[in-house]
Amino acid sequence: MQLKLGLAQINTVLGDVQANLEKHLAMIEQARGQGVDLLCFPELSLTGYNLQDLTYGVANRPEPDNPVFAPLFEASRDLDLVVGFVDEDNRHRFFIAAAYLSRGELVHVHHKVYLPTYTLFDEGRYFAWGEEPRAFDTRFGRMAILICEDFWHASPPYIVWLDGADYFLCLSASPSRGMDDSDRFSSARWVERVTQAYASLFTSFVVHTNRVGFEDGYNFWGGSIVYDPDGETVDQAPYFDEALLTLTIDTDHLHRTRARLPLLRDERTGLMTRALARISEAPIR
Amino acid sequence: MTTKQFLDNLTINTDLACDVLTRFIREEIGKAGFGHAVVGLSGGIDSSLIAYLCSEALGPENVLGVRMPYQSSSQESLAHAQMVIDALGIRNDTVEITPMVDPLFARFPDMTPLRKGNVMARQRMIVLYDQSAAFGALVVGTGNKTEALLGYSTLYGDGAAALHPLGDLYKHQVRQLARAMGVPQVIIDKPPSADLWPGQTDEGELGYTYDDADQLLYLLIDRRYSLEEAVEAGFPAEFVREVWRTVRRCHYKRVPPLIPKLSHRTLGIDFLYLRDWGT
Repeated sequence: MQLKLGLAQINTVLGDVQANLEKHLAMIEQARGQGVDLLCFPELSLTGYNLQDLTYGVANRPEPDNPVFAPLFEASRDLDLVVGFVDEDNRHRFFIAAAYLSRGELVHVHHKVYLPTYTLFDEGRYFAWGEEPRAFDTRFGRMAILICEDFWHASPPYIVWLDGADYFLCLSASPSRGMDDSDRFSSARWVERVTQAYASLFTSFVVHTNRVGFEDGYNFWGGSIVYDPDGETVDQAPYFDEALLTLTIDTDHLHRTRARLPLLRDERTGLMTRALARISEAPIR
Repeated sequence: MTTKQFLDNLTINTDLACDVLTRFIREEIGKAGFGHAVVGLSGGIDSSLIAYLCSEALGPENVLGVRMPYQSSSQESLAHAQMVIDALGIRNDTVEITPMVDPLFARFPDMTPLRKGNVMARQRMIVLYDQSAAFGALVVGTGNKTEALLGYSTLYGDGAAALHPLGDLYKHQVRQLARAMGVPQVIIDKPPSADLWPGQTDEGELGYTYDDADQLLYLLIDRRYSLEEAVEAGFPAEFVREVWRTVRRCHYKRVPPLIPKLSHRTLGIDFLYLRDWGT
């Protein structure tokens, strides 16, 4: 099956959900014109990233009667969408979240499970920790959403792989840091290295959508990319510029790679489970 | 002491630096609602590089370079600033600050050179901010990371600006970027000086070279070396202690004025928004 992906590498207006929604709708229109089946936006695409005290005023529920989500639900009748937003649950906890919308319905919401709260990051000050990385079924196959720090840790990608995900939808607002003599920041090199490794290790498609632009001195590097199940780059958006990257993947690639390289077949989940049970009994060494 | 051991670690990709910094200048000035930049041109490497970056980011017609000599300023400084103006074709003006600051110097005849230097730096800030209002521009600062860490600037003088594009580059890296962007070699090669009095040089006042300071600061700040580890890496213990003492003692220059917390929500403590809020 041919699947046409769109990666919406956008800049955002910090805390102005309406302005960001309009940019989403414009990107969606452009992607629809190109026959995109699934369009992914970056982390916190509806709100901007460094929200600090804006966090509490920009949350929305991914429900059809929510005024921000209503036009997105409507747009999802033509193409599937992954959008980043702040979710406020009914106990008023705030999550960094992403919603998968398809055919006018909510398919899945992911709450970011790892909140970086160190050096330039302060997510744990404002946000609640998501509880569960998990795979979900879509009309194209079984997928999972991981948000930025979720895939800096090895466990969420591993968990969703075992949970059946063949498509890793990775969303970032990844700030540039670590300039040296390379043509890319070290943070960009790191993210590209690990996302490519997941495609290889899990013989899966990895779709990484990162944002661009500045928020004060923070700069987001873009470079949104898709890797195939052999770990090879399918295509990549430019660094630093807004872009709509569209490309077609052949989902039968999964069959061909896994016939050659049965890492999933041979993965010893029971061994893993027993080892984790033993280790979790003991303090971390 | 002069060590070169860690200079290679300070090598930057100048194409990437130029790309990010010009985008930063363009986007952040644009989000503030402006399209112009005002730069004080001293004829030194930092302000020359800022003029090159602003010109690249905004177009030369949108950059105003202002020369602000005092009567004792060197003619060479003026000439070097003029080289930058001519090379870039930016808008420019020359505003002599002597008649503005001399009355204050006359009122306090015992004023030390340091006080006079600070007065001149602050007078230049007044001129630049006034020009920014007249030109519909933001003042783009010229401070770099080394200078900020060593406190080698005047609070609310040359330290005052809307943006400090070079604020995360050590002096050694500023030189690399200046070379790559075509800043005239004579400006890159001359000894850095605040030119607040004849013969003054940064390195003479600091008591060590920028290259030595840059390498040590890189280890202490960027690589999180302890002072002991820096000594083990080959830096003299007294130099390490002196630099670190300076970094600590001038920290007040790098943070906003203190506000005593009284209410539940206090500006800067738990009322936290980026400057880019809503833009």
